[in-house]
Formats: sequence, structure tokens, C-alpha cells
Amino acid sequence: MGSLNNKQKRWLARIITAGALYAAVIIFQNTGPADSEKYPWLSFALYMIPYLIVGYDVLKKAFVNISHGQVFDENFLMMIATFGALGVREYSEAVAVMLFYQVGELFQNYAVERSRKSITDLMNIVPQYANLEVGGKIIKVDPDGVDTGSTIVIMPGERVPLDGIVIEGTSMLDTAALTGESVPRKVSDGSDIISGCVNGSGTLRVRTTSTFEDSTVSRILELVEDASSRKAKTENFITHFARYYTPIVTLGAVVLALVPPLLFGGEWSNWIQRACIFLIVSCPCAIVISVPLGFFGGIGAASKAGILVKGSNYLETASELKTVVFDKTGTLTKGEFEVNEIRPAAGVTEEELLEKTAFAERYSNHPIAQSIKRAYGKDFDEHAVNGTEEEAGRGIITHLDGSEILVGNKLLMENHGVAFEKNGSAGTVVYTSQDGRFLGSVVISDAIKESSIGAVNGLRQNGITKTVMLTGDRKEAADDAASKIGIDEVYSELLPADKVGVVEKLLDREQSGGGRLAFVGDGINDAPVLMRSDVGIAMGSMGSDAAIEAADVVIMDDDLGKLPVLMRIARKTMRIVRQNIVFALAVKLSILALGAFGLANMWEAVFGDVGVAVICILNSMRMLGSGSRK
Amino acid sequence: MIKKYKMQDVDCADCAAKMERSIRKIDGVNDATISFMTQKLTIDVEDDKLDSVLAEAQRRVSKVDAEAKILI
Repeated sequence: MGSLNNKQKRWLARIITAGALYAAVIIFQNTGPADSEKYPWLSFALYMIPYLIVGYDVLKKAFVNISHGQVFDENFLMMIATFGALGVREYSEAVAVMLFYQVGELFQNYAVERSRKSITDLMNIVPQYANLEVGGKIIKVDPDGVDTGSTIVIMPGERVPLDGIVIEGTSMLDTAALTGESVPRKVSDGSDIISGCVNGSGTLRVRTTSTFEDSTVSRILELVEDASSRKAKTENFITHFARYYTPIVTLGAVVLALVPPLLFGGEWSNWIQRACIFLIVSCPCAIVISVPLGFFGGIGAASKAGILVKGSNYLETASELKTVVFDKTGTLTKGEFEVNEIRPAAGVTEEELLEKTAFAERYSNHPIAQSIKRAYGKDFDEHAVNGTEEEAGRGIITHLDGSEILVGNKLLMENHGVAFEKNGSAGTVVYTSQDGRFLGSVVISDAIKESSIGAVNGLRQNGITKTVMLTGDRKEAADDAASKIGIDEVYSELLPADKVGVVEKLLDREQSGGGRLAFVGDGINDAPVLMRSDVGIAMGSMGSDAAIEAADVVIMDDDLGKLPVLMRIARKTMRIVRQNIVFALAVKLSILALGAFGLANMWEAVFGDVGVAVICILNSMRMLGSGSRK
Repeated sequence: MIKKYKMQDVDCADCAAKMERSIRKIDGVNDATISFMTQKLTIDVEDDKLDSVLAEAQRRVSKVDAEAKILI
């Protein structure tokens, strides 16, 4: 407990002083001359010293609140309970109840403070200043006052203050605070950089593209802070429960204190004591604190892993997910084209085929040409490539060292009477021929993300029973990708507008079975689907406004491995929250039952209040520690 | 219009819930939430009533816990 604040230190000192005096009074009573039988008033006076030291603020608050008409306030309840105990001459119990109540309150205060701090530390990504370049000079300014389009300089080790584009310099950026990703990202001229990241060893000149208010870092902070305002069903249930629980139990206490002695000749002191037990357990604090604390911890743990959850309610819904629907391009796949198959004709080597194809595509900027050149990977030496002409929709014809090379689809081959071998693989097929001789074919397709196979498996281990993929691709290509990744159901050849319809159909099916559905997309064209699904998850959306707006959960980088992490965190949060509710209710109800029959004493009641609260809080705090990076 | 304010010394979760309920009943308030964990009041209020609503909200907050404050 090294980090108590001053208020808490004074509080602790009071508890210790009162505790020591209390022990002294007990010893004095049992060994000394002040026999409580002979001198009841002396005994009362002695016990009042620790009682007032530890409880004066509770009494004060109780009185202030009564004057405001707030009766079912926990201070008031503690006051009545301890007064009751004093009234029936259980002085020692009265002091103990107050003492332990304060220990519990202090602990709660400390625990809540610590959780708050650990979340703010986590979110301690706010840049304090920006180095603004004005007329060749660099001045330190508040990032809040920097206009869009200004030039700022980021020194090694500094935090990026505003979103922008690098105009000079190279460096490695540490994005861990935003994405949970520990591998730094290389940036150089023309790279987008995002506020909140930490600059590595290079100095960067950056042209800003956002004001501070609109920067990624401000938006993320706002999002996480607001998350606890969107309350989960469980939280609302608990608030409602607390609203009725306290008055009902208090009423029970009044009935217990009055009815048996008045109507059935019960002994007053006995029944008042039972009533006091009711009052002590009547505070719903254990649950009321530990449930939001659990959600708060879950949201914190998720953001530590680079997953922003926009509300406790979404964390709760995520734990109930059964179906996950993926958008294919850019989510399951990289959204970049890659050469996946090289099929040379008889007597041609792979290298030769790729080389000829790449040379022909040398001056083309088409994505397919780019991917062929990447696959070739070597420098182009000074072969004479000339006379390249394009046949629209078919391919290109070029001349290399005097021979004619055709590169294109099957129409180009047919058109020029080349005897080619048809390639039926999924993806885009490019055929190549040299002087009418068929050289072979190259298949280009969108590369599957390495993380997608593991992620789909991980989801299955975390309660997901169905995975679905939506794509505009041809059926063969879609089925092929789905079977490689391990997706259960595929909807292919969809137009962008069809996606909402498919998701709605799936939602109906899912919800009639009591499950929930998540949609995972890159957030660029799928805002309507993100909004329509139970949990809309946008990936790789660091810096994309539309995605952050529309999604319920934002995964900062494009690592699909974060999805199982989200499921684990959501399920763990719900487990902890349920444990707390069941445990607290079970203990409180059994103490109420035992108390009513005179089988529980005040000590047990104090445990039922403070002890249970402490245990529930400790349980919730497990969530804060579980923000594993991966 | 949705406004957010920081709060201070909201010491118990149940009190936060009471304040929230009480603020929701103020005339001109469409919705209000108090997050105990982040000590933040988010209030959706009719544009022209902001000042009077805030004053009333502070009164109601003090009624639940005399030490608690809305930082404006």
C-alpha cells in the first residue's frame, strides 16, 4: 500500500489509532477495575472514544444527508446499526462494526483509485507539447493551438503530438500504446503518422493533417473514457436491484425490531440486535462497486491489447457471440495482390516464365503488374524493351530483344492464335507467350493474412460456433480462400449493397437461437453493416474516422489474432461479474436469513458487508492485471 | 446537446446511481449518466436550458453527497 494519498493516509491513521484504543479498552475491561457490570457508564464512555475517532465522519455525513432528505444512505444505515448496538449495550460490537466498516471503505476507496489510475496510465498517451516550425525556428507550443497543415518537428524519443505526413526524415515508431503491437513501425517521407506513438531514433519533420481535437489520440481517449457511460444490461440490473434491495431490507429491520417485542413479547435487545444485522447487510455496495469495476477493468485490459471497446454493453454482448461474419478483402486477406502460382508450359522454367512476364509488365502500374514485378524481385537489367502496346481488356504486347511477348488473359491468347493451356485456379490468371509459343501462366490472388487461420481457430476455442465470410469475389476464389482459412459458410459474388441484407438474414437466424453476431470489417465501405450487427468490429482502423464512428469495437492494427483476445477478455469479464453477483447475494441473503432467526451475530454481518465488498473488488481487480499484450 | 463534465469526490457507486436518477428528472434533461469509475457526468440537455440545468444538477448532487461536485 505504498501509494496512499494524503486523505487515505489520514484515514488509515484514524483506523489504526481507534483500533489500538479499542484493543486497550477491551484489555482494560477484562483485567482492570472497570468492570462493566459495576460501572456501565464508564464502560460506555471508554468505548465511545475509539467509536468517535473512527466513526465521526460517518455520523456527520449521516446527519447532513438526513437534513437533505436522503435516508437510505450507507452512512445513515451504519449510524442506526451502531446506535442500535449501543442501545442494547453491545458497546464492543458497535465499535467493531464501525471499525471494520471504515477498513472496508478505505480499501474500496484505495482499490477504485488504483483501478482508475491504472486506466489513466494506460491512456497516458496524451502529448504535452509540439515543436512547431515557424519561419525556420522551432518553438515549443501546446498541441492544442497548432493548425492543420503546419510543420512540426518530432525529436527522437518524443511523442507524436498530432496526426500528419512525414515530409523529411526516417525513423521507427513505437505504436504499442495505441495498438498493443510491440514491433516498431518504419516511417519515412510520405508515411502517415499517428499521434500518440513514440518516435524512435530519427528526427522527423511532419506536416500536420489534423487539429489536436480531431487527432487520433484525442478521439481514442474520449472513446475509452466514454465507454463506462454505456452501461451493460448487468450494470443496469444491479442499479435497479440496489434501488429496491436497501429499502426492503431496511423495512425488514424495522419489522424485526418492533413486531416481535410489541406483539409477541419478544425481548427488545435481542430483536434490535437482529434488526441491526439487517441494517449492516442492507448496503448493496459490494455489488454496486464491483460490477462496474469489473467492466472497467475489462475495457482497460482490452485497450492495453490495442482493442478499443466503446462500451461495457459491447463487452457484455461480445461474451455472448456465437457467429462471426468477416468481410473478405482487407480483413481476412491483405487486400494486396500476390503471385500465388507459377505454372510454366513444358520445357519452360518457372524463372524464365516469371522473368518474361515481369519484363513485359515492366512499365505498367496496374496492381497485377506490380505484384508480378514484386514476385520477380530482381532488378531489370538493360534489356531492350520497346514498342509496348496495350490491348484493352486483354493484356499487353511488347518486344524484348527482338521477340514478341504477349502477356494477358485468355482472350489475348485466343486472339493471337496461341495454343495455350487453360488454368482453372482461383484468382486472376495471366498467360504469357513468346513469338507465338506458349510459356505458361501465372495466378495472382489476394493473399490471405497469416493471422487469419489462427484467429478463426482461436475464436472457435472461445465459444464461436460459426464463422461466415462475405465477398464480392467469384465463387471459386471465395470458396478456395474460405477452405484455406477454415471458414464455415461463404457468401460470394455479393455487391456491396447485398452485404447488409445477408447480415440481416444471419442476424435473424442468430437471434432466434439466442446467440449474437459480430461483423468484422476494415471499416471503409462497411459502415452500415458494422452498425447493423450486434457487435461491429472494425480492424486496422487506426486513423479512420468512419470506422471509429460506426464500429462498436475498434481493433487498432490489422492483426486478426486480437479477435480471440477480445473474446477471452469479454468472457473473463462476464465470469468475474457473475461470480461477484452470485457470491455477494448468496452471502448477504444467508446472513439475512440467519440473522432473522437469531443465528448470526454482528461480526458475521460486518463480513457480509465489508468482507464481501473487499472480496468482490479484489476479484474485479484481477481484470486489470490481465491486459496481456498478446 | 450532449455535454460532458468531470466530477469530484463521488465516493460511492450507489450515490452515483442516485445522482444520475435525480439529474434525469430535471426539466430539460433528455438523458444523463454518471460514470462512477471515471467520475464523469454525460448529460444530454436542451440547448437553451444548459445553465439552469447545471445549477439544478449541482444542487441535486450535493443533496446526495454534500462533498461531491460537478466541475464546470
